[in-house]
Amino acid sequence: MSAPVTSPQGQAPELDTVRDWKNPIIYAIFAVVGLVGFAFNAPGTTATFDISAGRDAVQLAPVVVPTVPVGWACALILIAIAVFSFLQTQAGRKDPRWMPIAYAIVFVVGFLVWVVGGANKTDVSLVGLLAGSVTMAVPLIFGSLSGVLSERVGVINIAIEGQLLAGAFAAAVAASISGNVYVGMLAAAIAGVLVSVVLAVFSIKYLVNQIIVGVVLNVLVSGLTGFLFSTVLSRDSATWNSPPSLPVIQIPVLEHIPILGGILFRQTIVGYLMYAAVIITYIGLFHTKWGLRVRSVGEHPKAADTLGIKVNFTRAHNVMLGGAVAGLGGSFFTLVSVSQFTKDMTAGQGYIALAAMIFGRWNPIWAFFAALLFGFATNLRFVLSILGTPVPGEFLAMLPYVVTIVAVAGLVGRSRPPAANGTPYIKG
Amino acid sequence: MSRSDDGNRRDDDDQRDPDFGQDENRARADVETGGGREPLPAVPAEAQSGEVEPQQDRGRSILKEIFQGGSLVSILAIVLSLVLGGLLIAITNERVADAASYFFARPTDTLVAAWEAASNSYVALFQGAIFNPRASDFQGMIFPFTETLAVATPLILAGLGVALAFRAGLFNIGAQGQIIIGATMAAWVGFTLDLPWGVHLLLVMLAGIIGGGLWAGIAGLLKARTGAHEVILTIMLNYIAIHLLQFLLTTESFQRPGASNPISPQLDQTAMYPRLFGDAFRLHWGFIVAIGATVLVWWLLHRSTIGFEFRAVGANPYASKTAGISVAKGYTLVMIIAGALAGLAGVAQVSGTEGVLTDGVAASFGFDAITVALLGRSKPWGTFFAGLLFGAFRAGGVTMQTLTGTPIDIVLVVQSMIVLFIAAPPLVRAIFRIHEDGDGRKDKRRRKSERQTVKAGGAA
Repeated sequence: MSAPVTSPQGQAPELDTVRDWKNPIIYAIFAVVGLVGFAFNAPGTTATFDISAGRDAVQLAPVVVPTVPVGWACALILIAIAVFSFLQTQAGRKDPRWMPIAYAIVFVVGFLVWVVGGANKTDVSLVGLLAGSVTMAVPLIFGSLSGVLSERVGVINIAIEGQLLAGAFAAAVAASISGNVYVGMLAAAIAGVLVSVVLAVFSIKYLVNQIIVGVVLNVLVSGLTGFLFSTVLSRDSATWNSPPSLPVIQIPVLEHIPILGGILFRQTIVGYLMYAAVIITYIGLFHTKWGLRVRSVGEHPKAADTLGIKVNFTRAHNVMLGGAVAGLGGSFFTLVSVSQFTKDMTAGQGYIALAAMIFGRWNPIWAFFAALLFGFATNLRFVLSILGTPVPGEFLAMLPYVVTIVAVAGLVGRSRPPAANGTPYIKG
Repeated sequence: MSRSDDGNRRDDDDQRDPDFGQDENRARADVETGGGREPLPAVPAEAQSGEVEPQQDRGRSILKEIFQGGSLVSILAIVLSLVLGGLLIAITNERVADAASYFFARPTDTLVAAWEAASNSYVALFQGAIFNPRASDFQGMIFPFTETLAVATPLILAGLGVALAFRAGLFNIGAQGQIIIGATMAAWVGFTLDLPWGVHLLLVMLAGIIGGGLWAGIAGLLKARTGAHEVILTIMLNYIAIHLLQFLLTTESFQRPGASNPISPQLDQTAMYPRLFGDAFRLHWGFIVAIGATVLVWWLLHRSTIGFEFRAVGANPYASKTAGISVAKGYTLVMIIAGALAGLAGVAQVSGTEGVLTDGVAASFGFDAITVALLGRSKPWGTFFAGLLFGAFRAGGVTMQTLTGTPIDIVLVVQSMIVLFIAAPPLVRAIFRIHEDGDGRKDKRRRKSERQTVKAGGAA
């Protein structure tokens, strides 16, 4: 990008040296927060992190961390990164890509040590915290995959919330009637597809603005499920709304791996499907013929059409596939987390999934990590409210959203949707 | 990278001056490529916001048609949605289910029960929203209508905010958060300060305007300065706003003394909107404010320079930029004004109907406002009447739920179906088998595609 830009009016070489001070400023602000919070206001106690759950084969001793030195260390590293970023920017160079991630990790470690050290009970199970985060993130990950699948072909999917809710509802009803959880999961996927069909028909066939359809679909699904819940489901909840729960499957050997085993390999089948879905979506999109076609439709539908790819057919297919994925994710709500459907039980998670997708730059793997981050923040709030921390719970609850704004506005740079996202394709 | 990129761009936009947008593209080329590592796109990130693409002339004319379609389609869409909603009520009704068990013996029983279930619900809806003929006096008869207007007030104000931002090409999903912050600041002024009549209310309104404007301004500024996506920003700000309010309601300056639940003190009488027709009705002067705001937004959009700039930025940010309009300023300013309108909706809640601040102060008005703006096709008066309609649904829905036991959720279903059908006129025409009357301006290809969609829609 160092080629000089020549405009008709003359040369504009200063474009090359335009420096973006956004990142150093953000780093500096949070470094000051770290310095004041973690270092100067360190509680002076020790924070204990248990890294083994009771049922692990190998029991590791809990990690005991003194808050003051760790707080200072974290603050100094944050300051160092901020200064480094400042120098890099001044020299006109870009920050290395690992920097925001390293910065975030150091900040989170500093925060954790500070907040646990300052709590009434300075002992927290790290494994429980992380395992809970993965569980919390499951529907988010399914939702963001649905977004990726649909937006990669150029159809904006705001309806993730509706797909999740429809999935949760269908899973509860179908599993209750049949008494079989797998029937419930199948029904959830079908319900997600049905929502997607409406999205596809209105946005692809009738060329309605895709964001409008998405927003309205969320309201429609919320209204429909709420109405049916109040009439049919609550009238006879034994028949309609008492689904069995999915069993937790422990992978024989892997679950005994210290730390990781308890976090990754004690999931329900929905959890394992989540891993599979992320990997399959990633490989499918970026390493197969199908994926190349899908992406070409999302980036330049005209070129794709010229090469003989059926643009609107591909779009409709992918949107429905996304719906199936999100619907399956919705089954998490009624078959794993709570064994009952309640009104609007997805509570805006679909929108968080959307944010995770954008945060993850329309890439399944990054979306997965972004969703994990949200899951972590959500779970942290629950864990810390049990510990009794000095930070009001409301601020902890805000944290993921503030982080998203900072990330979207700054650190991740301009996240770039597929070029044809939101644009209907009319052949001819 | 830039070679293929430029190729794409030139290919697409024969509409645009080839030189124009060059530096724009260069600036974008500095953006890191995502994990995918494909060439940079021809269309900028703003495409996500659902605005009309400058190079999609056909797409634009279709959008134009969607937003300016005949009122017949609107009426039919409402009728169709009500019919479908009625079917839903009938199917889920208990008596209908009982009668259906012997459907083949006496089918009329099922049909009668279904008709009664649906029609009773709608009659109750009408009685709760427009006119109650069973009331003993005139006051009781028109009470539902004033209730509709009272409920519609925040819907109209917040809807105007969403509509205004929409006209500038921004999707303001954040009316909910803007209402919350507006209401919070207004309520604080309302129950903390002790001021004479008139001045107090004005300050309350000002606080609401500032609160809402500030909250939306954050999103507008970040959008303008960093290119962050406004849908994400406003959604996140909604969550931050509600958690902030929940926190504030636990602090001394907001929580009612002696109360254990999160509720603020009652607003002073001087901070409340006066009732329009006496204390028997909840309708307050906020409705007049809503009418005023509608006129103001109309004037702003159609008679003022800044409104012209908003519309220009919404229609084509690149062209606006060449014409010397600051897109960044437009984005920031339109969000501030949109937030101010939503803030006034918050004032209508705390100073109009509620009188206190709770964490449910915004109800779901912020989200309903989106549908209101969509139904109103983002036009000031369209939004006004859409707000009235949805206000009627909401007010009537409460009565319907108490009288017939039909859950108020049916209102959401009907509302969203109305918006969907209105957004897709070909579908409505296909269902009712209306042929579009000849319009000389339409070219052949357009008509042909229209015919095709109609045919296919009829089959489906």
